[in-house]
Amino acid sequence: MTFSEKYKDEIAEILSRYPVKRSALIPLLYVAQRDQGYVTESAMKDIAQILRLTPPQVYETITFYTMFNLKPVGKYHLQVCKSLMCALVGSDTVIEWIKTKLGIAPGESTADGLFSLSVVECLAACGTGPMMQINEDYYEQLTEEKLDRILSDLRSTGTSPLKSGPFMWPEPASAEQGV
Amino acid sequence: MPKHELILLKNMMQPGYTGSLADYEKTGGYQALRKSLGKIAQTDVTAMVRKSGLRGRGGAGFPTGVKWGFLPKDYQGPRYLCCNADESEPGTFKDRQLMERDPHQVLEGIVLACYAIGAETGYIYIRGEMVLASKILERAIDEARAAGYIGKNILGTGVNADVWVHRGAGAYICGEETALLESLEGKRGLPRIKPPFPATHGLYNQPTVVNNVETLANLPHILNRGPEWFAAIGSPPKSTGTRVFCVSGHVKRPGNYEVPMGVTVRELVYEHAGGMRSDKPIKGFIPGGASAPFLTPAHLDVKLDFESVAAAGSMLGSGGVTVLEEGTSMVWAALRLMEFFYHESCGKCSPCREGSAWLVQTLRRILAKRGRMEDLETLLDLCKNIAGRTVCAFGDAEVAPIQSTLKHWRQEYVELINEAEAANLIRPEPVGPKQERLS
Repeated sequence: MTFSEKYKDEIAEILSRYPVKRSALIPLLYVAQRDQGYVTESAMKDIAQILRLTPPQVYETITFYTMFNLKPVGKYHLQVCKSLMCALVGSDTVIEWIKTKLGIAPGESTADGLFSLSVVECLAACGTGPMMQINEDYYEQLTEEKLDRILSDLRSTGTSPLKSGPFMWPEPASAEQGV
Repeated sequence: MPKHELILLKNMMQPGYTGSLADYEKTGGYQALRKSLGKIAQTDVTAMVRKSGLRGRGGAGFPTGVKWGFLPKDYQGPRYLCCNADESEPGTFKDRQLMERDPHQVLEGIVLACYAIGAETGYIYIRGEMVLASKILERAIDEARAAGYIGKNILGTGVNADVWVHRGAGAYICGEETALLESLEGKRGLPRIKPPFPATHGLYNQPTVVNNVETLANLPHILNRGPEWFAAIGSPPKSTGTRVFCVSGHVKRPGNYEVPMGVTVRELVYEHAGGMRSDKPIKGFIPGGASAPFLTPAHLDVKLDFESVAAAGSMLGSGGVTVLEEGTSMVWAALRLMEFFYHESCGKCSPCREGSAWLVQTLRRILAKRGRMEDLETLLDLCKNIAGRTVCAFGDAEVAPIQSTLKHWRQEYVELINEAEAANLIRPEPVGPKQERLS
């Protein structure tokens, strides 16, 4: 089944939000990435056809944005922030821990295909660094113990309760103490 | 509790507040919408916002009511509102909290802005990484639509305003308003040449307003309690209201603190954020996100309002206050920020695209003790040729860390270069167009 057949209803709903078809490009690329873990060439061609674009127009757009994978990545994609605010509170150490624990360098994946590591720029969680994003979830205020638990949770259950909930920092209680 | 009244973070500070529609309504939510739609003329809403003195919370600090006033009065075609939720400025993490903890406050602001400018469609352009925030917003939109606060014929007033969440995909530049519009149109996020401005030629070439999340979240309060109330808070007449400052770096309790504009950095760091992590003195700080030049301990009593910070040689920007303790290498800090800008330069303008790479190379070399004294002139020369020579303000932003660290901590650069000279290691020529590619 092609991409456009498989997600017919979702595609129609997305298209209904915009008066101009091309606006649906990024949302449709997300659907394609969710489907395969990365955006395949055939999905790009399908999307081009849906939006009446040429495949190069889709390709020129997708390559501008960092969140689209053009190649398969590990099941869990660890993206550690290394920008100044996280670096001040130890993000470089976190990157070293991950390199040692998983035996991979940034840009690589583990042999079993479970984990990939990327070092990325600011993810807007500067008050709760060091932090990383794994797939759709944020993990903040990382320590070595926390990192071990996250990795073992992901291995055993596919998710971890240590991910951030609706974000607020400081939490009301600690804010009151402080002022 | 804080000495002053909280406005934007007030609800979420209540124990058990979930941000649901029911919770929001209990605290007086959507009353501003009921009071305004169809009852206060659209132009009067704009006038009230102008009178409140509200200025954009995204970085540039442009007066919101004035921005709305630029839309053509008698234009018959569609108009659009875009909520800029592409929070990506290093040091800034307030919009995420506003969206995840109290999404209806933002939505009410969006519908009020749509009403004021006559837009029937609003898009929330949220940074792609914030998946949780976009899900929370989508759920809140569904709730609000079911309750008649969003959609067609809102509360029976005949006003239409539909709101959609649109995720970006990891490009910092898309927080620049015209790049945001390009991205929302499904293209590469390259800033547009202005004029024309979005007010006349914005999304799909139609009149458009782009406002930051925190700016919009202030609107319900301004309409509920009146512009005079808002205009008296903070540092009137030019910097009114509160600001959610994001404190990060070497402080004991980093986080979001909502305070009236005009508090000093000293107050923010020592009274709110608990002082310095290891009780070392402050070496330097950034008052408004990575794009704002560094300031020194001599500036700790500068008031955090638009004018005072500008007069001190920096900018209030997005409200991201990052504090560095004594012992931090400022050359290293400048390099970290510069690497960010190098990575995020969109590539449209040569001075920024090429210059950011050269700046990174030169800084890396100085830090690796391979620098030459003439590198310092090269750095300043490059900065001069980038700032003001690009389509958007990114060019001015990227030179800020280098110019300001060279101004206040030049000695650190000189010491690294002196060490390089003493060691007499092989040192490359100053950068030029044929340098090695960066990884």
